[in-house]
Amino acid sequence: MNEHQQTLFEFMRQQSDKLAVQTLQHIGLTFISLFIAVLIGLPLGIYITRKKQISGFVLGVAGVLQTIPSIALLGFMIPVLGIGAKPAIVALLLYALLPIIRNTFTGITGVDESVKEAAFAMGMSRWQVLFKVELPLAMPVILAGIRTATVINVGVATLASYIAAGGLGEFIFGGISLNNTNMILAGAIPAALLAIIFDFLLSRVQRLNFKKVRKVVIAAPVIIILLSTLYFIPSAYGSKLTAGFTPEFMGRQDGNLGLQSKYGLKIHTIVINDAVMYKAAQEKQLDVISGYSTDGRLKAFDLVVLNDDKKIFPPYYAAPIVREDALKKFPLLEKTLNLLAGTITDSVMTALNYKIDYLHQTPERVAKDFLTENNLWKPAKNGHDGTVRIGSKIFGEQYILASMYMMLIKGYTNYDVATKTGLGGTKICFDALTNNQIDLYPEYTGTGLLAILQPSAATINTLHGDKDSTYNYVKNEFKKRYDIKWLQPIGFNNAYALMMRQQQAKKLNIKTISDLKRYLESK
Amino acid sequence: MIKAEHLIKTFGQTTAVNNISFEVNEGENLVLLGTSGCGKTTTLKMLNRLIEPDSGTITINGNNINAQLPEDLRRGIGYVLQNNGLFPHYTVEENISVVPNLLKWDKKRTRERVIELLKKLHLSDNYLTAYPNELSGGQQQRIGLARALVANPPVLLMDEPFGALDNVTRSKIHQEFKALDELKRKTIIMVTHDVQEAFELGDRIALMDKGKIVQMGTPSDLLFNPINGFVSNFLQDQRLQLEFRAIRLTDLWEHLPGGGKTTSKSSLPAETDVWTTLEGFKFHNGESMSVLHQQKNELKTITFGQLMAAFSEHKTQQPHE
Repeated sequence: MNEHQQTLFEFMRQQSDKLAVQTLQHIGLTFISLFIAVLIGLPLGIYITRKKQISGFVLGVAGVLQTIPSIALLGFMIPVLGIGAKPAIVALLLYALLPIIRNTFTGITGVDESVKEAAFAMGMSRWQVLFKVELPLAMPVILAGIRTATVINVGVATLASYIAAGGLGEFIFGGISLNNTNMILAGAIPAALLAIIFDFLLSRVQRLNFKKVRKVVIAAPVIIILLSTLYFIPSAYGSKLTAGFTPEFMGRQDGNLGLQSKYGLKIHTIVINDAVMYKAAQEKQLDVISGYSTDGRLKAFDLVVLNDDKKIFPPYYAAPIVREDALKKFPLLEKTLNLLAGTITDSVMTALNYKIDYLHQTPERVAKDFLTENNLWKPAKNGHDGTVRIGSKIFGEQYILASMYMMLIKGYTNYDVATKTGLGGTKICFDALTNNQIDLYPEYTGTGLLAILQPSAATINTLHGDKDSTYNYVKNEFKKRYDIKWLQPIGFNNAYALMMRQQQAKKLNIKTISDLKRYLESK
Repeated sequence: MIKAEHLIKTFGQTTAVNNISFEVNEGENLVLLGTSGCGKTTTLKMLNRLIEPDSGTITINGNNINAQLPEDLRRGIGYVLQNNGLFPHYTVEENISVVPNLLKWDKKRTRERVIELLKKLHLSDNYLTAYPNELSGGQQQRIGLARALVANPPVLLMDEPFGALDNVTRSKIHQEFKALDELKRKTIIMVTHDVQEAFELGDRIALMDKGKIVQMGTPSDLLFNPINGFVSNFLQDQRLQLEFRAIRLTDLWEHLPGGGKTTSKSSLPAETDVWTTLEGFKFHNGESMSVLHQQKNELKTITFGQLMAAFSEHKTQQPHE
């Protein structure tokens, strides 16, 4: 992967189509939700100045909405509104409500009592007092609220890409997943610029004197509606099926790029966060999704993995990796760890993950049940011949494996065990291992290859995505470079996979990715 | 003209106005006087229904004010507020034109009337496009008065209209106020806590305390025939000044030395109060001043010493409590 280092400018030029579409979507999302939020928030803000006893309640509810983490709020929307623009707009408008309601309320209650009294005493009706006196005088404060809401919306709209509503978040989160700084900046810089520009423009509006504010108040809805329509310009293109891929999958050679180049797969694709992707597939919002082949949700949502008949997804076979000096220090360790070798297949791992993710069992219980069923479990000997330190990454599968290894070591040897689970990512785990903070952790061949060794594209091609040659390559290289040993694979392959609803796949008779392509190309 | 009967208004536990009845005659200037919390402002605001009484009736020219929409009622009653209550987002012209616009006057008529009023209030046309915050306190108060007068309402309600002004500005505006022809025919009800102001501007004064009218009468009624200790105590601090305000030269006529030459370059009418006469001495800087009693068709020339002697003689004849 030592190709020519692309500059940000080159990246933006190369991706200018996408960038333009995402920027327009971003502006559109921001202003559609802002427009609706003003339509709701302004009258509501006015209403609670008339009914002061409910103002605390309304402002409280709007405040609570504001504190819901954005991802969680987007998640809540999926079952009700599906994925795409609708839930994103609703979530954004909920965030925009508080500043608008609160500033309307504050602005109107802040109008000098004697001015209001004078207005009534001159013989103005309630509506005349509202429109001729209260609103004009509160307008700077209300505009400040709308300004705050706009900036919040520009920021939160980046998250809209999680639920396939587009916007600049596609670049930002894709870039984060792929560790591609250019991609992150290509999304983040325009998003920041949008926030700054809108903030600046609205600050100018706010500073205008009362006379001109009247014109602005008329012009503002027109401008907001115009900006809102931007979202609809990038129109959807038709396809029989809709795919939802994570930002990471979109940008990877062993992901969407490979699907396009090796399979020639052309499918209507939207970018979506993996937290909501499975649910969206189950609810028929999406037909094809990218996922991990041992994910518990596969079972929970009745999905089926399409066979990767052209082998574009490299194998991700799991195996414990151990520092050589630890193996010398604990002579019984290798034999004990290898007790698990070959015992867990893809479907078994999926089932175990399902118990964690959906039945909410503890990793210890899942591990113990599995070992007992396979006659591997032995009561702990509580020995004191030194302490083996086990690490794990921060997801369910790794917790289960770490628990199993702990029980095996305690049951079969006199070593004691300390676990350091939940290490946040490959780099952290691997650094802990090489720096003698832990003695072993479960790793995947694909990750070892692509994330740690990072060989050239040519070297990767020589492996042909083959299970054994990949395993042997990483085993040899790890030994050579880091003095770390890959023990025998546990058996399952937690690779990228395309998946569909079982029912639909059966109906359309799609078993492999090539089947999918043929189906999409048939008339 | 205005008749209020048995007005009662309570706010929560407190009774702000406790069974008040009074009448105001056409063209009269009634001052509601009292300390803060005595119910005077509440009483005033019930007259244009900014506050609705719990019970009691108010009629203007025999018509119950509840028979009209509050908006229509208020468009026919001028209202001046303590802190002027000008609309900060309106220019002076727009501020004054509020009521004509509500009444849908045509633009030309409104503009002519606004300019006419500005002239009467000694404000230049240049101020038409100014915003209230560009004006001094005295100017703002004049605009507030113009706004109340613009549609020629027969009734004017004033809530501490000069309360926010400094003493110099206030006495200047008092002079203008008394001289303004627009106000001469109007029925005015004014709220103040300033005894001096009440004595200077009021034809009659209603002294209020704890939601009730303690005594209602002319300034000299209150001063010389107080119905109880509260009234005399209320006026005690500034008694001498008030007496100067309340006593007119006609009251002292018999004590003033008779005859005198008809030197009349300029003669004061005998209805002038003592205070103003004293000020006249100051300004004229002359030894003597001539006073004309029109009904008796007598002209007297008095000096400062003679005036003060007559005043103290008059005082010794007043009953004392």
